[in-house]
Amino acid sequence: MTEQTTSNTSDVLKITDVIKTFDQPGGGKLTVLDIPELTIRAGEQLALIGQSGGGKTTLLHLIAGLLTPDSGSIRVAGIELTKLSEQGRDRCRAATVGYVFQTFNLLPAFSAIENIQLGMAFGNRAIDTHRAYDLLDKVGLADRATYRPNQLSVGQQQRVAIARALAGKPKLLLADEPTANVDPASSDTVLDLIIGSCRDENIALMMVTHSMEVTKRFERVEHLDKLNRIFETI
Amino acid sequence: MWLLRIAWRNFCYRSLSSVLTTISLALGVALVVMVLAVFGIVTEAFSRNAQVGYNLVVGPKGSALQLTLNSVYYLSQPIENLPYTEYMEYFDAETRAEMVRKYGGDPALGERDGVYVPMIGGGYAIPLALGDYLGDFRVVGTTPDFFEKLRHGPTLEEPFVMREGRALVSHSEQYGYFEAVLGSRVAGQLNLSVGDQFSSTHGDPEGKGHGKKFTVVGVLAPTGTPNDRAAFVNMEGFYLQENHAKPLTGQETIVPPSEAPEDPDGFMPLSIPEREVTSILVRTGMPMMGVVLENQVNESLRSQAAAPVGEIAKLMNAIIGPLLTALLVITLITCVVAAVGVLVAIYNSMNDRRRDIAVMRALGARRGTVTGVILLESFLVAVIGATTGWFLAHASIWAFSGLIEDRTGVQVGILTTSAYEWYIFPLVLILAALAGILPAASAYRTDVGTNLAA
Repeated sequence: MTEQTTSNTSDVLKITDVIKTFDQPGGGKLTVLDIPELTIRAGEQLALIGQSGGGKTTLLHLIAGLLTPDSGSIRVAGIELTKLSEQGRDRCRAATVGYVFQTFNLLPAFSAIENIQLGMAFGNRAIDTHRAYDLLDKVGLADRATYRPNQLSVGQQQRVAIARALAGKPKLLLADEPTANVDPASSDTVLDLIIGSCRDENIALMMVTHSMEVTKRFERVEHLDKLNRIFETI
Repeated sequence: MWLLRIAWRNFCYRSLSSVLTTISLALGVALVVMVLAVFGIVTEAFSRNAQVGYNLVVGPKGSALQLTLNSVYYLSQPIENLPYTEYMEYFDAETRAEMVRKYGGDPALGERDGVYVPMIGGGYAIPLALGDYLGDFRVVGTTPDFFEKLRHGPTLEEPFVMREGRALVSHSEQYGYFEAVLGSRVAGQLNLSVGDQFSSTHGDPEGKGHGKKFTVVGVLAPTGTPNDRAAFVNMEGFYLQENHAKPLTGQETIVPPSEAPEDPDGFMPLSIPEREVTSILVRTGMPMMGVVLENQVNESLRSQAAAPVGEIAKLMNAIIGPLLTALLVITLITCVVAAVGVLVAIYNSMNDRRRDIAVMRALGARRGTVTGVILLESFLVAVIGATTGWFLAHASIWAFSGLIEDRTGVQVGILTTSAYEWYIFPLVLILAALAGILPAASAYRTDVGTNLAA
């Protein structure tokens, strides 16, 4: 990471004056995000709520380096993403960010343990098979290691997805409505796993949710509508 | 290593599509390998057959290729016949005089050496008389020299071996002039063995049968040459069949034979003016004299000399080579079609896989990594298909190796390879790379945000 600069070592995420627009089909640009500032410290856990279509997933993609902002600065673990090439952002994502999706997104051709190992494989790290099995054990699926996603329940799939997101020892875990597609009983398990694991491993957590019940589990809750300056003009 | 594992898992996950595209590629490769094998077998068979032990075939003026085809391969129709005196030109005065005494004719023929004697020096000249058939096989009238002097095989040192019985002799007490030796395929196909008798038919396989029967005294062991497909009969017996004697004009000088053997049935050999030969197989004692003899014969009025090796090479270059090349091109096109199948199969699967690709990207995979996975999948199909096809082809060739050896004399093992086969794998890999480029480019362009949200 030659482009790494350190400002405040305790900040895992620091967003400054980020603007993101999308081309509109009829021409012109639609501004989706205009965030003056957002910071998350190491080990901090934050729930992000906001209205549908408000740019929550876009913000996660920007933080993960899957999208680039039109302007502004995004620092993840001290690395300025906006100055990195796409390849640099891929490397940074693999090394510092874990991602839990709403629809789990396990790769169907791979077993549970292999899905977790894939979480390590793309970061140019050696595959730590012990850690993969430990994580599977931690999410209570040690006996399902060789099961394919279609052989697992919805809740079990999300638990494997959490283990996969943690596999690369990220500094920041991004979770995009991880409980939206699981039943209430599994929802608690999923939340316990994500929140507990991040606390245990001192991983900063940013979870997008629509559920007020979920936000009660977080010490810090941010409303994207308040963070995002475009809503000030509406 | 993980990329290969990912590619392999994707291959297995879409097993039906993967297996079908692999099979189509395997069949394409198998076809190419088999065509190359056929190419090799045909080339070797022709080259073996051209290794006949003699330098020249001498026959009447006409097509040198036709002369080679009918005298070496026993195919096509004989051009015409040469007078027996043309054959006598290859012998010295003493042998010619002996022929006159044996068959009857003009004693003057024995008073000089044949014109080609100086070039023969230590070699031989063996007459052939063609025109009759046994079933679909050619009946070849010849002398015992055919079995005593001719050699075959790659080193031209292998004598004819009798699988059964003995070679024919010029006259025997038991069968007189009517002995026959069968090639291995003739005996096998017509179920004839030593002691059996047959009548040859005149002119073509459906022609009228001759009255005087030949008795089989020997069956040749397989030689892998056209001789396996011929029925050899004593030339004298051949002459003695009805309509085989050249009509006399009455102007000939014929002194009756004085040394002809006594035949129990009272048959006498035809006199020299009544005898004709279809062709003469000639080997010169010194190889370089072959060219001199060929030129001298070709300058003569009646006969022509052809070098079988040269004629066969011309035939290969003019007809068989281009045909096999065309066949090879067609099978290569089959491979290209199979590669297009790989492209279509992988490309069609891309719609289902965009989400997987987006997930891999979100997990930190670079664009180059997902592109590499798709290309590796294409290579996997290529490597598995090409290997399977190669083994399939060689197993098939091996399964038919007995038949091939029986028909052509060419021995093929399961690992007998053509030099060109080593180009197949790189070629298939190039095709796989080309087939993989389009879907790989599609993977490269996959938009992560859109597909994760889908």
